[in-house]
Amino acid sequence: MDFFFEVLTGGLLAGVMYSLIAIGFVLIYKASGVFNFAQGAMVLFAALTFVSLVERGVPFWGAFALTLAAIVALALLIERAVLRPLVNRSPITLFMATLGLSYVIEGAAQALWGAQVHGLDLGIADEPLELGGMLLSQFDLFAAGTAALLVALLSFLFNRTRLGLSLRAVADDALGALAIGIRLPRIWAVVWAVAGFVGLVAGLLWGARLGVQFSLSLVVLKALPVLIIGGFTSMTGAIVGGLIVGAGEKLAEVYLGPLVGGGIENWFPYALALLFLLVRPAGLFGERAIERV
Amino acid sequence: MKQTTFRRLAALLAAGLLASGAHAANEQYFPLQSYRVGPYAAGGTGFFGGFIDYLQYINAKGGVNGVKLTWSECETEYVVEKGVECYERLKKGLNGAPSAATNPLSVGIAYATLDRSTSDKLPLITINHGRTDSTDGSVFPYAFPLQLNPHSEVSAIVNYIGQKSGGLDKLKGKKIVTLYHGSPYGKETNPILELLAKKYGFELTLIEVPHPGNEQQSQWLNIRRSKPDWVILRGWGVMNPVALKTAKKTGFPVDHIIGNIWSNSEDDAAPAGDAAKGYISITTHPSGTQFPVLQDIKKTVVDAGKGNLADPKRFGNVYYNLGVVNGILNVEAVRLAQQKFGKKPLTGEQVRWGFEHLNLDDKRLKELGAYGLVQPLKLSCADHEGGGAVRFQQWDGTKWNVVSDWVQADRKLLRPIIEESSHKYAKEKGITPRDCSKES
Amino acid sequence: MFYTEAGQFSSHYRTDRRLFRLRQDRYSLYALLLFAFAVVPFIGSDYWLNAILTPFLVLSLAGLGLNLLTGYAGQLSLGSAAFMAVGAFATYNLELRVPGLPLLGSIVLGGVFAAAASVLFGLPSLRIKGFYLLVSTLAAQFFVQWLFTKVGWFSNDNASGVITAPPLVIAGHDLSNPAGRYLLTLGFVVALTLLARNVVKSELGRNWMAVRDMDTAAAVIGIPLARTKLLAFALSGFILGVAGALWAFTYLGTVEPHGFDLSRSFQVLFIIIIGGLGSIAGNFLGAAFIVLLPIALSLASGFMPAGVIDAGQLENLQKIVFGLLIIGFLIKEPEGLARLWQQLRERARVWPLRY
Repeated sequence: MDFFFEVLTGGLLAGVMYSLIAIGFVLIYKASGVFNFAQGAMVLFAALTFVSLVERGVPFWGAFALTLAAIVALALLIERAVLRPLVNRSPITLFMATLGLSYVIEGAAQALWGAQVHGLDLGIADEPLELGGMLLSQFDLFAAGTAALLVALLSFLFNRTRLGLSLRAVADDALGALAIGIRLPRIWAVVWAVAGFVGLVAGLLWGARLGVQFSLSLVVLKALPVLIIGGFTSMTGAIVGGLIVGAGEKLAEVYLGPLVGGGIENWFPYALALLFLLVRPAGLFGERAIERV
Repeated sequence: MKQTTFRRLAALLAAGLLASGAHAANEQYFPLQSYRVGPYAAGGTGFFGGFIDYLQYINAKGGVNGVKLTWSECETEYVVEKGVECYERLKKGLNGAPSAATNPLSVGIAYATLDRSTSDKLPLITINHGRTDSTDGSVFPYAFPLQLNPHSEVSAIVNYIGQKSGGLDKLKGKKIVTLYHGSPYGKETNPILELLAKKYGFELTLIEVPHPGNEQQSQWLNIRRSKPDWVILRGWGVMNPVALKTAKKTGFPVDHIIGNIWSNSEDDAAPAGDAAKGYISITTHPSGTQFPVLQDIKKTVVDAGKGNLADPKRFGNVYYNLGVVNGILNVEAVRLAQQKFGKKPLTGEQVRWGFEHLNLDDKRLKELGAYGLVQPLKLSCADHEGGGAVRFQQWDGTKWNVVSDWVQADRKLLRPIIEESSHKYAKEKGITPRDCSKES
Repeated sequence: MFYTEAGQFSSHYRTDRRLFRLRQDRYSLYALLLFAFAVVPFIGSDYWLNAILTPFLVLSLAGLGLNLLTGYAGQLSLGSAAFMAVGAFATYNLELRVPGLPLLGSIVLGGVFAAAASVLFGLPSLRIKGFYLLVSTLAAQFFVQWLFTKVGWFSNDNASGVITAPPLVIAGHDLSNPAGRYLLTLGFVVALTLLARNVVKSELGRNWMAVRDMDTAAAVIGIPLARTKLLAFALSGFILGVAGALWAFTYLGTVEPHGFDLSRSFQVLFIIIIGGLGSIAGNFLGAAFIVLLPIALSLASGFMPAGVIDAGQLENLQKIVFGLLIIGFLIKEPEGLARLWQQLRERARVWPLRY
């Protein structure tokens, strides 16, 4: 039984890491209706920029600030060069544009900083922590803490500030928001920058875990089922979805894996998501679309 | 406007394809299907850097018996069809200089160009990797898994564990877990491990990590539950540092993890930081710069500002040295073939003869300044591997230290398995194997 | 002048509905086919046949398969490579295990298996829409790859899970030389393209487009949604399956499950975005673009003085260029290269006398 709980907590904590990526998606989808496939590339870009700066002798917070500045610049650029010309296009077109965008960002990041693997040390010892017979990872606990802080910060931003109010207005009804004088392009740029910031945090945590390298952009594939279970429009959904996927895939790998030969973690989350979707076609917390002809 | 762009593109393509018109001088050409970007760029830049530097070094010494070596690169990004395109583009040679051999350093590309190599009569060198049954040169005349094929690799690892436990008979009852990459490459050695487990009586558990391997918690929880004596890591790319980190996270001692041939570079251990300290892996060649041949390369090539590596710190690392080793073997094959066919540029078919008769003993290796870097190697028509020995190295947090002498694989045991597989292939493809007793 | 339509009247519905109504279109198509079948195999070098034309044809076919599903029926898919893999592995096993089955038969049956797999993973489309459908096709993508790696039976227990082309013999003719493989590929591509063109001009094709444009509205006017969508999955799966078999056997010769990974699905998707969603000719333009651009770029860098761009940067540059082109096309020309081709024809129509 102890082992079961160990797998479960391990899975839940891993799920938090997926949620971190998924939150970035949700932010952008809510505000601009873009399914942003480039989020993974942004994570890579942020982590790579950060680690390259640190390797060049920039102190931690300096590098953090500079990377943040780079990300905001990137967000402004994306808004101007990609989103604005594509305004009012179909969601699929926007999705495909972000596919192109992820190529550009990945290419640019590697052209700028090179393709070798970097180690990233955040100074958190990853000694396992013995807790009532269970082994817990310190690093995962730290990551979960960071995620909680981030979510608190974001919900403060959304619920308690004027900017948050306009963000929510845009998410609710873009046309209505436009009509009462909210500047849509500015909101988009802000949201992309905030998503970039989330990407930076996710990038640092994931980078410390995997080493900073190209395959960092593949974590986006882990975030997709999370989003789908949680629904595209809900931050709560992203977190709950992350926990479900994390715990589900770990339990499945440990208990179901041996029956079928193991290695099922790649597709199991998708199968799980599919099951959820058949019951709730818009995810657990997603908004059900009402269609009119 | 559209028209002119198109015409220019067409002209460019045509020019590129016709460029091989002029007849050239005394040159031997190496088509390099290199990869310097993408997920496996770390391996590609090191390997091809070492290879090119060695070729430059030979040229600086006057070439091979006066024949200069030339090469050109074509980026494959480790993608199979790009590798095929590169193969087709470069196979004809450059400016009349004939191709000697192809060295894709990619299992996928090697598989995809195997048939082509055979029909184009161009040796396909897959050093330390490739199709195991291509060791049988009677069925695969043009493929050379030099030094170490995947089967020898696991056999040597099991032998080493045996040594560590005080004899192969002590393996009985030991628990060994193999953590493998969820791909054909990862699975390839499973049957051999099962065979060895039966032979020596150790308990084997095979655990798969799905590609790309950036999430391994459940696998390591399983490992922790079964408390094995050793873990063999058969990883690839990002899977390796993650395995080491997760091992630490779950409290498995890292000095009981043994990495295989694609888990043995600085780029596999360094990103794991502290978690990698004490990690053991096999290698067919030590890293380091103390060998005379590397010192010479440094003097004549790197210090002259012609070195191929963008980052000079990587000089002498595992991948770089593998490139140098590969250079030595290719050049030695050309040199040997020249003894038979004359001191002139040779065709792929002639170079193949050179590979098949490679015989590097300690004396020759000392002459080359590569004693200790390259293992003694003797190839024949039936045996395209030649060596089958590895050394073990341990990561101390910043670099690899060699911790064992050469450990030999049990090649006698493996041979029948290889032949069974190669004969099955021959039957499937309708190939009549050569009679090796009639080859000279 | 050469492209004038004047004087070409249709006196029957039959002639009005034929695939290529204009005489010029028909004749230039015949000429093109004649050239491709009778001239290219003799003048093409190994390099052109093996490394450019064959992959170009196979990728065009794969693009066609996906375009039917995404461009015509509006169902977004990131699992094309999975169905290609099903086609390839099914063909290999049919050839291996069913004695006496001719090569053409196994390729077609391989396509049927792929179609069945595609329908299976298309079933959720009856309930799930839009981006949520991605999950189903991605599940296919990862599951199929896992299955073929995991279960040794599919690769005849080959230790490394690769499958190798059977002897390419059709009615006693050995087609394993470059020209033969090219011709075999071309034959399939032409036949399936004609089939696809017929289908999209039929009632089924119009139903697909109605579903794509708005499926609720389509349902309201009485189009059977389930059947229409599943037929799109089936036909698309069939074509992708055949493309996969050709990719494995006429182009590469040896393939591992990893050869049909997610990046292949993306590649096929890019072909139809760049070529043109909802266009048949677009697949060929897109595939040509995807095959030729990297080669052109790397050759172009060969002409520059050494050291200006090193090979690694070139590849990064290529990635950036691809990305920018995709964005650029979506912004400027959402209908892709096919639209540019269309415009060229419009212009040719009035040349040289522009009203």
